[in-house]
Amino acid sequence: MGKIAFLQGNEACAYGALYAGCRFFAGYPITPSTEVAEVMAKELPKMGGKFIQMEDEIGAMAAVIGASLTGVKSLTATSGPGFSLKQENLGYACITEIPCVIVNVMRGGPSTGMPTGPSQSDVMQAKWGTHGDHPSICIVPASVQELFTETVRAFNLSEKYRTPVTVMPDEIVGHMRERVEIPEPGVIPVFDRVPPAVAPDQYMPYDTRFGNIPPLASFGSEYRFHVTGLNKAEDGFPTTRSDIVQKEEERQLRKIDNNIDDIVTYEEYLLDDAEVAIVAFGSTARSARFAVREARKAGIRAGLFRIITYWPFPEKQISALAGKVRAIITPEMNLGMTYYEVSRCAAGKAPVHGLFRVDGEPINPGQIHAKIKEALR
Amino acid sequence: MSFDYGKYIRPGKLPHIWCPGCGHGIVMKGLIRALDSLGVDKNKTAIVSGIGCASRLPGYLDFCTLHTTHGRAAAFATGIKMAKPEMNVICVGGDGDGVAIGGNHFIHACRRNIDITYLIMNNNIYGMTGGQFSPTTPTGAKASTTPYGNPDPPFDIAKLAIGAGATFVARGTAYHANQIDKLLVEAIRHKGFSVVEILDSCPTTYGRRNRFKSVVEMMNQLKEIAVSVKAAEHMSPEQLQGKVLTGVLYRENKAEYVDEYQKVIRAAREDVE
Repeated sequence: MGKIAFLQGNEACAYGALYAGCRFFAGYPITPSTEVAEVMAKELPKMGGKFIQMEDEIGAMAAVIGASLTGVKSLTATSGPGFSLKQENLGYACITEIPCVIVNVMRGGPSTGMPTGPSQSDVMQAKWGTHGDHPSICIVPASVQELFTETVRAFNLSEKYRTPVTVMPDEIVGHMRERVEIPEPGVIPVFDRVPPAVAPDQYMPYDTRFGNIPPLASFGSEYRFHVTGLNKAEDGFPTTRSDIVQKEEERQLRKIDNNIDDIVTYEEYLLDDAEVAIVAFGSTARSARFAVREARKAGIRAGLFRIITYWPFPEKQISALAGKVRAIITPEMNLGMTYYEVSRCAAGKAPVHGLFRVDGEPINPGQIHAKIKEALR
Repeated sequence: MSFDYGKYIRPGKLPHIWCPGCGHGIVMKGLIRALDSLGVDKNKTAIVSGIGCASRLPGYLDFCTLHTTHGRAAAFATGIKMAKPEMNVICVGGDGDGVAIGGNHFIHACRRNIDITYLIMNNNIYGMTGGQFSPTTPTGAKASTTPYGNPDPPFDIAKLAIGAGATFVARGTAYHANQIDKLLVEAIRHKGFSVVEILDSCPTTYGRRNRFKSVVEMMNQLKEIAVSVKAAEHMSPEQLQGKVLTGVLYRENKAEYVDEYQKVIRAAREDVE
């Protein structure tokens, strides 16, 4: 039997990280994510873990990667402007394949935007924010409970696939308070990174003899190796050999692309007989669920496809959905990011109607209901 | 018998990328001798760098080596040291990397007094990108981005480090090769944040633009401007004009950051009980 608690989303996120075995946090204060840091500052030292408030967001991301390289699961948390600053070293974690989790509680923006206003406008940045080609795993929870369990999953995916993972609640999910069940340790499986299977003198940090996700040794163990942000060969040392660079970059995408079904998660609500589907995530999906019920009461066969894993995008599922419904609606607190992705996946099989809001107010069920009627007209 | 550098150099990684006449190789040898005389465990020693010519140093050495992003070495190193305090953590890099783009991380690492040694090879220029002025380029000097002479005043790295709270600060030069390892030994032994600045030279991108006729002339300049802290005690301000002090410039015993965090852990645990 676990523990029942009444928590804020950001607090649940921090407890999820601790549950997953996170023992290092580096961060920088920023609204609306600061509560994650505050809980970590309080709880980590009790467990012998370490918390450090760094001089800036860039340094926090760097410290997290450094700590993770010693084998300690590590977390940072931020919001929009801070997420922009994280991008440099997020790219470093991608190319060096060092696991870590980044929480980005989405607020209005660009730039300073609306620090206390909700938004869902960083989803493209989560995929394309750092320069160069790189894999991306991004999770968009919709409830406090989910913020707990999905943060555990984020660590698991990060360790399993040797890649940074972003958890991105919108400000509403980050700041709402709900009942949460915190299971006993071990109830939710926790994945630890795979240690090397070879002797230290045989070890290479990107050894593809072990597949697309080579085992990662820890600094301070008997394994000594080199890590660089330059394009590198299997041995970890920089190379400009075109055949190796091409192969390595492709492998880094392949380690995610080959495991889409293990990573991508979503929820389908009343979609079996739906003539109109709403594709939504985060707090907007809560309004959408309400709107679906209202539409059903009014005799409209509406359903909800709720995105839980935003990247990799659920392409296959959206494509199939587009073949079954008369219309798709994408309500979101941005000016059409999911609309763009859904339109690409729907590929003309069903019309896609966007419903965008960036005024710092949530999208309410009435707006979605009106859009449903409009789409079926 | 001559010193065997080979046991610390990764097989097949030489020759290095540095130009003929560059002082970085001299500094690397000094670092190797220092680590050798300290008898450090290679597995428990991390060498962390940022970006630039000097930052390529870790790749040649057989330790746990991390070549990070531009200016961020101190921040990555802080994560390593916090997470695994039993490791020796050494940052290496150049002047632009350390005190321009990395200036914020540098001063805050000084302030925390975390037990890391920062070896900074100061050649007064951005060498890798072809010779743009750095925060330590002298006023008036020519660089590719100061074609009419540098209007910026330079940083004094040692003063910056002392002002920011570093508890061991030393300076040497690439000319005074035999002093480099001695300064580094003291720095690494020191509990707290230690900074060793080695004045270095870049004949390729700095020397040529600033009327140095040869590498030897640049090295001679390092020899001429350096005055040891001891010798300076007996010199007048006039005699010290244009000179640079070398040796251990500052030393202080102060609470170290990782130790301080252990107190946080104890306090948090008492709170639980």
